Amino acid sequence: MRYLPLSDADRQAMLARVGVADIDALFANVPKDKLLSGLVDLPRAKSELAVERELARFASRNVAAGAVPFFVGAGAYKHHVPATVDHLIQRSEFLTSYTPYQPEIAQGTLQYLYEFQTQVAMLTGMEVANASMYDGSTAASEAVLMAHRQTRRHKAVLAGNLHPHYRETIETVSRMAGNEVVALPPSPTGVEDIAAAIDKTVSCVVVQTPDFFGNLHDLTDLAAKVHAAGALLIAVFTEVVSLGLVTPPGEMGADIVVGEGQSIGNALNFGGPYVGLFATRQNLVRQMPGRLCGETVDKDGRRGFVLTLSTREQHIRREKATSNICTNSGLCVLAFTIHMSLLGEAGLQRLAATNHANAVALAEMLANVPGVTVLNETFFNEFTVKVPGKADAVVEKLAAKGVLGGVPVSRLLPCKPELADLILVASTEVNTDEDRAAYVAALKKVL
Amino acid sequence: MLNRQGRPTGPGEAGARAVTTFSGNSGLSQDEPLLFEIGRTNVTGVDLEEPKSPGKSRLGKLARRGGIGIPGLSEPEVMRHYVRLSQMNYGIDTGLFPLGSCTMKHNPRLNEKMARLPGFADVHPLQPQSTVQGAIALIGELSRWLQVLTGMPAVAMTPKAGAHGELAGMMAIKAAIAARGEKRSTVLVPESAHGTNPATAALIGYRVVSVPARADGTVDPAEVRARLNADVAAIMLTNPNTCGLFERDVVEIAAAVHEAGAFFYADGANFNAIVGKARPGDLGVDAMHINLHKTFSTPHGGGGPGAGPVVLSEALAPFVPVPYVVADAKGVRLVEHAGEPGAQPFGRMSAFHGQMGMFVRAMSYMLSHGADGMRQASEDAVLSANYVKASLQHVMSLPFGDQPCMHEVLFDDRWLEGTGVTTLDFAKAMIDEGFHPMTVYFPLVVHGAMLIEPTESESKHSLDRFIASLDGLARAAKAGDADRFKSAPHFAPRRRLDETKAAREPKLRWSPQEARKEAAE
Repeated sequence: MRYLPLSDADRQAMLARVGVADIDALFANVPKDKLLSGLVDLPRAKSELAVERELARFASRNVAAGAVPFFVGAGAYKHHVPATVDHLIQRSEFLTSYTPYQPEIAQGTLQYLYEFQTQVAMLTGMEVANASMYDGSTAASEAVLMAHRQTRRHKAVLAGNLHPHYRETIETVSRMAGNEVVALPPSPTGVEDIAAAIDKTVSCVVVQTPDFFGNLHDLTDLAAKVHAAGALLIAVFTEVVSLGLVTPPGEMGADIVVGEGQSIGNALNFGGPYVGLFATRQNLVRQMPGRLCGETVDKDGRRGFVLTLSTREQHIRREKATSNICTNSGLCVLAFTIHMSLLGEAGLQRLAATNHANAVALAEMLANVPGVTVLNETFFNEFTVKVPGKADAVVEKLAAKGVLGGVPVSRLLPCKPELADLILVASTEVNTDEDRAAYVAALKKVL
Repeated sequence: MLNRQGRPTGPGEAGARAVTTFSGNSGLSQDEPLLFEIGRTNVTGVDLEEPKSPGKSRLGKLARRGGIGIPGLSEPEVMRHYVRLSQMNYGIDTGLFPLGSCTMKHNPRLNEKMARLPGFADVHPLQPQSTVQGAIALIGELSRWLQVLTGMPAVAMTPKAGAHGELAGMMAIKAAIAARGEKRSTVLVPESAHGTNPATAALIGYRVVSVPARADGTVDPAEVRARLNADVAAIMLTNPNTCGLFERDVVEIAAAVHEAGAFFYADGANFNAIVGKARPGDLGVDAMHINLHKTFSTPHGGGGPGAGPVVLSEALAPFVPVPYVVADAKGVRLVEHAGEPGAQPFGRMSAFHGQMGMFVRAMSYMLSHGADGMRQASEDAVLSANYVKASLQHVMSLPFGDQPCMHEVLFDDRWLEGTGVTTLDFAKAMIDEGFHPMTVYFPLVVHGAMLIEPTESESKHSLDRFIASLDGLARAAKAGDADRFKSAPHFAPRRRLDETKAAREPKLRWSPQEARKEAAE
């Protein structure tokens, strides 16, 4: 076995030093009748070539996004990631290191965490950010728990246009923890009266912009109403590239900003691993979940970084911790940070502008297809179209014609028959004029 | 000696004088400023095409007005910045990384290559299922392997890390108890448990009751029985436990727990010791998360990402959260919503379908090892830990007497008494020796704990060097050379860092205002 360095002679010598006759003597605490005498019913070891062949068979049965005109979004987005990013994250010292609990030999990890925290704070318009959560949905769920701790109330109001998976994630933990959730109904045109649901028992309002259907929202008035009720405003985004072009939630009064960072530096990966972004105001920092990296000095007075405020965390505080999170999204954070360092403000703005321009161009073309309506007044790189008939059937027929044309809303909201004719359509910098033309041509054929 | 151009070819008079450099670097060890100190907001290292058809803005009144402040760097600058940062890090590929409970085993690069196949990496979670049959089938196949290895009938694949898996398992337990019309509010957790166990139980409203360890470091079934009653929902037991010992009374504990109508949650962080040797399903386990980044070597990546599938017993199987994979005549499919006959999913753990990138890596690891290689890996891990124990137990002290350990060996700090050297000092001196320190001060039940997990990835030569270094250090400590330890590390990119200052005056980001203020001072 190529990964195991010990030879049989080594094993014999080591057993002799330990002072036992055979390896099973070391498993003596396992009840005798529970110790397996032979191999489990699985194949034997394989060569590298054989493993490649077997896994390639699985991979070949999937349509890769890069192989077709591709317009699928709804919380995960196809972007181009510079080659430098993937090279750097595979450096041994990053890839094979652990959580930086020994800071003297983990300054590399700690410094990029510090850079990441700063980038996320700047992007969201907030004061501080943590070193990541698993993904956007779990970050949103943690934000709700944080708001409950801060306000000592236990009721969350979720805007109807929050991503349905995010809503379900929050609802699951809330139900289990005995907290209350008021989820408003979805509104594809983005018009809803969230303020009407706020009262003095509410700990937080969770609202997404751009929302699930792509609409952009000014949160300023809502923030004032939320604050007047003594509650916190949690702003969610699923497309971080939007922050290159739209007003960040931090400038509209949000108290906690959470979102999905996959778009920067990370591949689609069929849904994971991704990277949850979590930012807030300085005065709430001690209620934050997850790791935080802070600046300090070493014994010689040189600047260095350490994990800090860990008395919030499970390995110190146990059942009184702010969260149970331990492993987070370290390497996805690194990919994000490197890609963002390459882009810089100028590059991010340009990337966002290209995304928006491509989406605008596509929306105009689709709006001209007979029977198709674009519902959004505002959007960034994703919008909602209404088609005649069932959206899921249309999307399947498009796929059969070699176009991955979007996500039928019914895939996420099957219990809303009134939304069964809606498709979420996303367009990023990867789409070309040919892609758009292919989409329109295919759509005309299948309708 | 000089060559014909007058170039010296011998070492000459080079002495041992300490030199302070003008650059702050020392040879290959380079210092690196923050991105924000070298980047410029008008610079970008990505050549992006001009937006093709500017069109009419659809941002409404929400176009960003101010700047963002994030600087950019050209590509060569980015390359150098992050390469230099990487050189301040210690990884498994650098050297022996005996971090107990964390399982720092070799990370095969084949796994990285496989995860990057476009058919896995460049696939969207919400593409029509007809276009991702291979991806869904792979999740199904990995599920099957995990079920066979654990002897458990079901598995929830979506949890994103160990603690997330614990949460999934405990929520399945809570749902199962609610389904039989009961309400139970207590969870038993041994004192030696990982912090995530009590934190997870508390997160969903359980009261945590501690179970003490007995003199040999394992849990006494009598202590468990004394705490069991109709209010206990579950016990969360790590096996092998965090002292590196197999819970020898696990079957009896499981029976007692079940008799009380409670469930047995097993923390699978240490499953790597028994893969192919024993199956949790045979031991009475109802739920156990598996850290794919530990046992199946998907890399730790400086703190993540991980994956924490949780295997479930017959009693908990109906409650598996959405989405999950089913196979039928038409192929495989993901069930993304409640409503399938027989299923009572307790909800959803996160957006989409779990950590696919980690699934591919784990599958690649498993296929490579096979049933035989995985069993051998467990045996080698256990043998290596016992070899370290046998080699060092005469200079260090064992908290629970001389008994076989599993994949990790736990020492305490009694042997350091009177030397003036603490466990932390000893760990920092290991850095000077070129090793990553072991896990220190965990588990909490042992004073000055040092938990060493060598893993199966070390050659005998490597283990012998490690043992010789620790033996040398131990003798130095006992010989009164406390200063070597107190001032360690000497040869790391940084000396010991002031963690108190970091916590008292938290500085969690770079800010332009503060940078200007500091420059003015």
